[in-house]
Amino acid sequence: MSRKLRINGTSYDVDVADDTPLLWVLRDHLKLTGTKYGCGVAQCGSCTVHVGGKPRRSCVAPISSIGDQEVVTIEGLEGPAADAVRKAWVGLEVPQCGYCQAGQIMSAVALLREVPTPTDDDIDKGMSGNLCRCATYIRIRKAIKEAAGATEEQP
Amino acid sequence: MRIVNFVAFGLLASAAACGGKTQPSTNGEKALPAANGLRSMEAFRDISDPVARSASIFEEIGKVLIHPRCSNCHPSDERPLQRDGLAHQPLVVRGADGLGAPAMHCSNCHGTSNFEMMPGAVNWHLAPLSMAWVGKSVPEICEQVKDPARNGGKTLSQIVEHVTEDAFVAYGWSPPEHLETAPGNQALFVQLVQGWVDAGAHCP
Repeated sequence: MSRKLRINGTSYDVDVADDTPLLWVLRDHLKLTGTKYGCGVAQCGSCTVHVGGKPRRSCVAPISSIGDQEVVTIEGLEGPAADAVRKAWVGLEVPQCGYCQAGQIMSAVALLREVPTPTDDDIDKGMSGNLCRCATYIRIRKAIKEAAGATEEQP
Repeated sequence: MRIVNFVAFGLLASAAACGGKTQPSTNGEKALPAANGLRSMEAFRDISDPVARSASIFEEIGKVLIHPRCSNCHPSDERPLQRDGLAHQPLVVRGADGLGAPAMHCSNCHGTSNFEMMPGAVNWHLAPLSMAWVGKSVPEICEQVKDPARNGGKTLSQIVEHVTEDAFVAYGWSPPEHLETAPGNQALFVQLVQGWVDAGAHCP
């Protein structure tokens, strides 16, 4: 079935079955490969994108559920929180193998937009669905706090 | 319209039941057959005392309420359960509004309908702590269900309406294939809840 999607501010026409996961559309049809396939069953968080401004595991989001909601992937993520997170991620050398980082950053930005100055508990609970096999969790938490401080300083 | 009539008739039947012995009401509808481990209203026909009949019907209703399809989202702490009552993976908490923690909402994964192995329904959320069922006995749950201070301010007729119309309640009988359904079916469950109310909403 042909449908229109709005992704990262751009409109796309795609012809896929209703039950095609959003992740498949992003990676295989639109070649937006920044979003990663990890587990395929919403257990690891590596496929996290924003749909309608909220985090969504794209591997379990049928394309029929997207409708006219704006989809934002790691390629199109922008704004003060996104800039601060990217800077902190690089500064603290958060990524190791890097495979989970797109999902981690999408969740971290969503968290900072909801809770601008998160506590350790906020971070642990908000990021609990994003696994990192390199176990960089301490750096992830530190980077989110650093990003929170940076966004607070902005006018 | 049929649902509105159904509930309105239930209120009338409830008022009639207060006078003493009545036959188990099914709102003029034929008692649905027993199904999938849940007994029919017919099974309670011979209990002449409305108090005993009502309490007995709630024991049957309790089979549904304590089933994992229902109780998993009525936890006694901050964390939902999944499958046959296992801890939810990944870690999810109730949050301020029952919709999860910031950035870790129920809707991160659960959509408005099932998708492959991922359960979904409209209004997917955790019940507030006042409505916790896990670890409670059926009599305790009964007292809780009919207490407006702990049931979201619902009257008995609103409870019937809730179990009749709420899409999240309906999910209990339509989970993904790998999950066991709640006992019976929704129509039979509604009939039992209505029968319990009609007989005075007494607890076991």
